[in-house]
Order: sequence, then structure tokens, then C-alpha cells
Amino acid sequence: MADEANLQKTPLYDLHVELGAKMVPFAGYAMPVQYDGVMAEHNHTRAAAGLFDVSHMGQARVTGDEAALEALITADLAALGAGEQKYTLLLNDEGGIMDDLMVSRPDDSGLFMVVNAACKTSDFAHMRSRFGDRAQLHELTDRALLALQGPQAGAVMADLCPDAARLVFMQAGAFSLAGHDVLISRSGYTGEDGFEISVLAGEADALARRLLADERVKPIGLGARDSLRLEAGLCLYGHDMDETITPVEASLVWALAKSRRERADFPGAARILAQIANGAEKKRVGILPGDRAPAREGTEIVVEGESVGVVTSGGFGPTVGAPVAMGYVRADLAKPGQSVELMVRGKARPAVIAKTPFAPHRFHRG
Amino acid sequence: MTTRFTKDHEWIRIEGDVAVVGITAYAAEQLGDVVFVELPEIGKSVAQGGEMAVVESVKAASEVYAPATGEIVAVNDALEGEPAKVNDAPEGEGWFVKMKLSAPAELDAMMDEAAYKAHIA
Repeated sequence: MADEANLQKTPLYDLHVELGAKMVPFAGYAMPVQYDGVMAEHNHTRAAAGLFDVSHMGQARVTGDEAALEALITADLAALGAGEQKYTLLLNDEGGIMDDLMVSRPDDSGLFMVVNAACKTSDFAHMRSRFGDRAQLHELTDRALLALQGPQAGAVMADLCPDAARLVFMQAGAFSLAGHDVLISRSGYTGEDGFEISVLAGEADALARRLLADERVKPIGLGARDSLRLEAGLCLYGHDMDETITPVEASLVWALAKSRRERADFPGAARILAQIANGAEKKRVGILPGDRAPAREGTEIVVEGESVGVVTSGGFGPTVGAPVAMGYVRADLAKPGQSVELMVRGKARPAVIAKTPFAPHRFHRG
Repeated sequence: MTTRFTKDHEWIRIEGDVAVVGITAYAAEQLGDVVFVELPEIGKSVAQGGEMAVVESVKAASEVYAPATGEIVAVNDALEGEPAKVNDAPEGEGWFVKMKLSAPAELDAMMDEAAYKAHIA
């Protein structure tokens, strides 16, 4: 447990406390894990709209020679048009995943990035060291980040900022939202339609209250954020991937731009292209436990008495109505439909390798 | 018969010649929505303070400890299909197990309702 006194607070800390949130330490911040309860918040997000404080995440601008950033990630930045956003991976020289991040071109002020809270210090240090004088990284410590997610998020946004409501999935731009100058992307971490909104820290509380004044919107904590992203089959850095895992093993080859693959100019290209050609030894898969017992992170996966992998995220999926998990298994056992056993508290329980997402994605693709 | 409580938030109540055991309303509230309960085998011997069951919420798994020493003589099979009973009626229909106590005097040292209320206050 982190020392409570040393925890950082997001600009919405007072609002969380006022709303009755249970605050927990997460990545060095005091964050709301729940307000009304994880199940109710999860279901509200899938039914209407949820507001998440994700201000702990790292935000930065990159200016100068964009090729300096491109050399470290898997996206084709020359092909990233105005108003577009990509999901991409920051790789180390061995092709291991240092972080997953969003990069966008919302306006004329350079690239905008959002990286994971637990990785931001190391990500930015790595980037600065590799950029040298070619490009500049400007960390935006004066900005908060809110996520508005759910099937009604579009309608809520349309009432406040019709222009932003016209974005489609993975588009981004600069807007005036309820009087606040913000950067908005149509994306998120729940599998639902929705937006991520970057706003000046000093204006975040007012904007959050304005969004929460809409009766369709409720505050959602990290607990439901985790169950929502797990049902959506989305990776959590540090759990479902880390520096020892390649994009091929993580089943994230789709995040590797075709042009970059053809040019073989991303970090660890030799290893990763060889894995694409010949297959990797292990693969990230979805797992559906066959009974009601959730299989948590660290649960051993067994076939015919032999250890073949490990669960990296697991819990109960309220929308699925049953336990769901993801993890790594030997590549020859990674096909959906493969029977496995999960060793939950010493007892082998049946499970099956399954396709993700467990709850269908409902992105607004226009 | 009065109900006794542990500092780990289990309750135990003598009913006839057995003791009924569950987790307190406070514990259920702290856990949040219960989605799975792993109960012991009937016939299993448990020692006071030893691991007896596991209760899982959406987010995490938590151990439930035996409040007293004895043998498990019944488990609440209804929790398999309806684990939410633990939230709805933690000190009623959401009971976990029935035990035959081997040292009933252990209950004398446990908290009564007033003491437990002070413990969680």
C-alpha cells in the first residue's frame, strides 16, 4: 500500500470525495475505485453514459521532426491526417512493449499523446533521450483528462458541442465544450461509443460538474473501468503486456502499421517479423471459465496436467453475466474452442479459449 | 440465541445443535456485489481462524475464516446460483455454512452485537 500522504491528487479529487467515492491508491494517485458500486456503474456505462476521471494518465505534445517519435512506435505518422488518432505501441529495442498509447493530430500544434499513468515517467524519459535535438516533448501536466463513455455519450455531447458529436471513432479535434477549450477524441477504454476530453486542470471540476448535471451521466470508478475494458478485450499495461512481451505475442499485430511492417523500420523489427512469419511461442487469448468461479490474474492454465500458460486479467463480467479472463497460452493451444483447465485455489476448473471482445464493441464508426 | 461476531466480520449463531455461519452486513457492504462463493466440503474439519470459504466480488477474492472450531455439516447451496443473497440478506438467507462445534466455549470470548457495532464504528 502506497503511503496515503504521498499520493498525488487529480484536479477532480474534491469532486470524487463530495460524490462519496471510495478512494484508493493507483499509480501514485488517489483515485476513485467506486461510487455506487462496481456492478451498478458498469451497467450504467453500458446502458447510458459514464464519466471517468483519467487525469492520472500522461498527456504530451510532440513537435519538431515527427520521424523521431515514429522510430520508437508502430504507427505511420506521415499517414496520420489532420483530425485522426491511432492506437500504437512504444517498443524497446528488442520489440518488447514499453507502453500502449494514443497519438493524434487534433490541431496545428503538433502531435498529441496519451500514455499510461504508471509508464509516463519512463515513457517520456525514453522519448526525450531518443529524440535528442530532433523533436521536442512537452508534458502537459496542467491538463486533466475525462472520459465520457456509453451508448448515450454521443447524445450528451451533441447537446453541449454538436461539432464534437460529429467526430467518428478515432477522430480528434480542438473544440469549445460548454465554454471550455478542450481537445476531444472519439475513443475510450470500455468498448462503448464515447469521448476522451483533455481540459485545463483549473477548468476540469467545472466541466465534470456540467457533464454530471446531465441525468444520463453518472460518475464511474476504476473498478468498473477495469471490468468494462476486460469485457471489451482491451489490454491493461503491466498485466496483459509488459516489456518482455512483443506485439505478436500480445495479439496486437493490428497496431503495427502495414507501411511500417513493409519498411521493417520499427524497434525489434527482426524479432517481430520473424514471429509474424513463423509464429510466436505464446499468444494472448480470451478465456471463458466454464463455471461461476472467477479466475484472477496469476491463475495457472493447464492442459492434461501440463502448465501451458497464465491468466493476466480475470474477473466477473457483469454484461456477460459470467466470469471472463484473458491470458497467455502456448500458441498451439490458442484457438477459440480449445478446452483448458484453470487452477483456482488448487482446484482444476474447466474453461475454454474464446474470441474477444466478450461484450461486442459499439464504437461510432459513422 | 444471540449472534456472535469476529473481528474478521463473520457471524455465528447457535440454532439447535448446530451453529450457522456467515459474513456480516458490514463485510458484504465492503465487498460490494458478490458474484461467487466457494464453500467447503461437507464433513471438513475447520479450526477457529482457519480458512473456511472464499467470497468473490466483481473486483477481488476474499478469504472467509472459521469463527469457531468444528465440522462442516451443511453448506448453503443456494449461493451457487444466487451469490447476490450474500448482499441482500447477509445475516439471513445469505448464510454460508452450518457447523457442529467441538469447542462451544470459544463463542464466549467473541463479540456480541453491541461490541461488534463498536468495532466497525
